[in-house]
Amino acid sequence: MKTTRVRAVLRKELREYRHNGNIIYAMAVVPLVFIVQPLVEIFTLKTSAALTLRHEDSLLYLLAIPALAPAMLASYGIVGERDQGTLEPLLATPIRSDELLAGKALAAFVPSLAIAYGIFGVFVAITELFARPAVAAALVRGPEVIAQVVFTPLLAGWSTWVGIAISARSKDVRVAAQLSALASLPLVAVTSLTAFGVIHATLRFAVICGVALLVLNRLALRVVASAFDRERLITGAK
Amino acid sequence: MQPALSVHALSKRFGDRVAFNDVSFEVGRGEVFGFLGPNGAGKTTTVRTLGTLIAPTSGSALVAGIPLIPENAVEIRRRISIMPESPGLYLRLSVIENLECFADLYEVPEPHKRIARALHAVKLDERARDLCGALSKGLRQRVALARALLNEPQVLFLDEPTSGLDPAATRDVHELITALSHSGVTIFLTTHRLEEAERLCDTVAILNTTLRMLGPPAQLRTQLFATTLAVRTRLPLPDPDRVFNGLPSVEAWRRDGMGSYSLTVSDPTIAAPAVTRALVAADADVLSIGESLHSLEDVYLELVDNDANPPLGRS
Repeated sequence: MKTTRVRAVLRKELREYRHNGNIIYAMAVVPLVFIVQPLVEIFTLKTSAALTLRHEDSLLYLLAIPALAPAMLASYGIVGERDQGTLEPLLATPIRSDELLAGKALAAFVPSLAIAYGIFGVFVAITELFARPAVAAALVRGPEVIAQVVFTPLLAGWSTWVGIAISARSKDVRVAAQLSALASLPLVAVTSLTAFGVIHATLRFAVICGVALLVLNRLALRVVASAFDRERLITGAK
Repeated sequence: MQPALSVHALSKRFGDRVAFNDVSFEVGRGEVFGFLGPNGAGKTTTVRTLGTLIAPTSGSALVAGIPLIPENAVEIRRRISIMPESPGLYLRLSVIENLECFADLYEVPEPHKRIARALHAVKLDERARDLCGALSKGLRQRVALARALLNEPQVLFLDEPTSGLDPAATRDVHELITALSHSGVTIFLTTHRLEEAERLCDTVAILNTTLRMLGPPAQLRTQLFATTLAVRTRLPLPDPDRVFNGLPSVEAWRRDGMGSYSLTVSDPTIAAPAVTRALVAADADVLSIGESLHSLEDVYLELVDNDANPPLGRS
């Protein structure tokens, strides 16, 4: 794989985001809505609530953001090129399928990661600044912050690959976006169930999930590249 | 010298539908090869196949000297360029940003010099910073052409390169094609503009799923149409049979109108003087005698019409 060509695709995508900032704003809006209600609740919590909070993993709720955020960008990646008629000139260059897919994946992954970490940072900062100290201490704990830091790229990576795979097989931009959003729901469900205590977040559970996501992310490029059918994308046949 | 393109019995099917079938031709280096045919004839599919975008069903080809097999796809794409019918530009990016992206994809050395050269070739130096979305269709077409020049291809596939261009821009593109061919670039030109093909192409192929004709435009004309002399006299000849029959090289004649005759001849250089002498001897007032030239358009329409309405008795 030639990094020059991966970089070329990434740079092109980032330039498109820069020229059309609405893409990134739209990506950030949904996750921002995610944190409004929890923040409002946190501000109203009394110091006595800290004891209950200490036995929950509420902060993991924010892991839904990296699971959800890449869906839109990733799902647009390939079918969007096809839709605007730019896929054929792109595929007519020496770019290989894995290089194109890696560039597209990075272009969805990088802003998603920035948004997820950014919103997490904002959430933690507001909590530390404005919530009662006992509540903040109960909510923002070391293991959960580590989980957030470690799982954010893993979840965003997986969600990105699912979106790219859907994009490479879809014929319509809207269908691809809907399917990608739908496909990220299981991850959102797992993170939410963990945050609400339905699934117990033990170290063992975290390690298993982490390793599984790592393996899936490692395999994803190869699997998606092998399923990438240039001919079908160009001609719409098959 | 090895040809730039060598295609042998190439076919492409999509399920039961035949896109093109049993196509064979060769294109020499620096040659301008015109690829003509009606809509749906398989021209674009042929270009895509030779450009490694889709795989042939059967047959073989050498593209820029490399066998057309999946393992060679990247190397072939490195040596060729395809300018599709639709420019396919990133409309939110500027002209130069579009070209930078493709220069990186082709890994061209000194990309900024190459980009400047390509922009200069299509006379877009002044519009480099403009957003592609703000350009007219014709200017977008020129950006796409600049993009196709970035990797200095050995074989350049141009699919309707002058579609949407004004006459001045069309002339510029024609000049560019001629200059590229003189510098050794092989041009594979798909066009519906028959006068364009006639003017630019060394060889022309007419495709209608199968290759219907192949050769230099002049050769296609003589292959398809008998050479004729058009004769006009001030008054109709009283006995044309007596004048035209038996003249050397004149095979047949027919009346086209009042004082207008069309003579089928085997060699116009022999027939024309003999006809002139016969007309003078018959006391006819001759207005003109000249060889009727059929255009490439006549050739094309004859073939395509025959395909659409085959003559009776032909299967």
